[in-house]
Amino acid sequence: MGEYEFGLWVFMLAAFLGFQLIRGVSPLLHTPLMSLTNAISAIAVVGAIMITGAKGASTLSLILGFLAVFLATLNVVSGYLITDRMLKMFKKREPAKK
Amino acid sequence: MNNDTLLNGTILPIIYMLAAMGFILAIKWMNSPATARRGVIVGEIGMLLAVVGTLLRFGGNYQWIFVAFFLGTAIGIPIAYYMPMTAVPQRTAFSHACGALASALIGTAEYYKQMQSGPRMTSVEMTALIVETLLGFLTFTASLMAFGKLQEVLPQRPITYKGQNFVNLGIFAAAAGIGLALIVAPEQTYLFPIFTVLALTFGVLLIVPIGGADMPTVIALLNSYAGLSASAMGFVLNNKLLIVAGALDGSSGFILAIIMCRAMNRSFSNVLFGAFGQLQTTAAKAGERPVRSASAEEAAQILDSARTVVVIPGYGMAVAQAQHKLKEMFEMLTKRGVNVEFAIHPVAGRMPGHMNVLLAEADVPYDKLREMDDINPEIAMADVALIIGANDVVNPGAETDPHSPIAGMPIIQAYKARTVMVIKRSMNPGFAGIDNELYYMPNTIMLFGDAKAFLSSIVKELTALVRA
Repeated sequence: MGEYEFGLWVFMLAAFLGFQLIRGVSPLLHTPLMSLTNAISAIAVVGAIMITGAKGASTLSLILGFLAVFLATLNVVSGYLITDRMLKMFKKREPAKK
Repeated sequence: MNNDTLLNGTILPIIYMLAAMGFILAIKWMNSPATARRGVIVGEIGMLLAVVGTLLRFGGNYQWIFVAFFLGTAIGIPIAYYMPMTAVPQRTAFSHACGALASALIGTAEYYKQMQSGPRMTSVEMTALIVETLLGFLTFTASLMAFGKLQEVLPQRPITYKGQNFVNLGIFAAAAGIGLALIVAPEQTYLFPIFTVLALTFGVLLIVPIGGADMPTVIALLNSYAGLSASAMGFVLNNKLLIVAGALDGSSGFILAIIMCRAMNRSFSNVLFGAFGQLQTTAAKAGERPVRSASAEEAAQILDSARTVVVIPGYGMAVAQAQHKLKEMFEMLTKRGVNVEFAIHPVAGRMPGHMNVLLAEADVPYDKLREMDDINPEIAMADVALIIGANDVVNPGAETDPHSPIAGMPIIQAYKARTVMVIKRSMNPGFAGIDNELYYMPNTIMLFGDAKAFLSSIVKELTALVRA
């Protein structure tokens, strides 16, 4: 099996897994869900590191890679933190009265 | 086996696999508020593993990488902590823009890197690269446009002109055509900048005809594109972790977009090309008919004597920042023995779940936030339906008038309640410019005023009632 065929299988299975998992998420949490998946797709940082860190990278690669690492890191950091900040707000019962 | 091959051959794939498992569990645990925060933690661990593993294997030019890490973190933390919750839709659009641009830039860098050493890319790799950069660039500008509309720097109404769909389609076809030419013969480097500009332009034009009320669908769709772009990158760089994470994000955004479309009884193409939200000229005659209105005092009395109140919030509540006052009213009524529930329409607000986050921020317990299908059968038994800043999602015309632009859209059946109260600034038609029969029904009382101000007057009157 070629590398790309294998990749397509992985993609297909992951997409189906995604469909099944997302269906289970209550609409209550759709906003934090979106910010979480956003942070997850900032996995692009891996590609950005590969481009920037490559031996003998050209100046263009370095600049584009630098920007990509910056943008992806921004998404990772703000994405996870904001998801957590939102989730912290979801409480079941009344908080104890002061 | 030297260190390098050990890491590359055995350890790194395992690290990546663990990272992918972290992401899958993170999404799985999002299905309940009780486990969701745990999900964030495994997601973070997954990301950390992936980054450290990649640095160990592919690290180099560390000064560039670490300065970028530092800057991203230094800007990301304040955004996460100081952004007001009402700005969540804008922030989401902004981060889609960042993610998509990152992905597109990586694709661009990879393309030029390959060209430098003579074209060696297979057509499969090149196809993936074209998909990655096309989706990346168009999502970048489209998300910036969405950001502009949500932040209200740009007009929220759809902007249309004759032949618009034709122009848009033409530009997309041109971009796709040049992309195809690049796949066939990657060495035509002069085509790449043209391709980039076309993709960027298409992103802008795509959002121009889309109105604010359709933002929930559009944001979800852009979320999907950003994910798919990352997934395509996985094919270019031959990295399964990227494929998996991108596919998860892509399918998530896609499902949300489908849910949003279904909640409006509209198709994707109708959302993207229908320019929904243009002022309906026929609605001009509205406002002539008599309506019943009431003061805050009367409203407070009606609410106080009710047994069950269903509150239906909409984007207007977010605009007026009325959620905290609403929470005060909720508390007072609950103390008086009134059962208060919140009915949330899937497309209320400007992104999926927008209302839930705002009400949760105001400390409304989440078991009081009910989904449309869940609460509709109970509304007939409610004494009061209180509508705050919602319009189309409670418009009975969707069920009764086959010619209405929102015909067939599932609504929250507020009209079934014994008394319907609507807090609204004036009789001006709502965003879509569609007249709402609900306002003229005999059991409807209009409460004219700013949502936040009116709710504070109600709270004041309720306090007075408690004292008396």
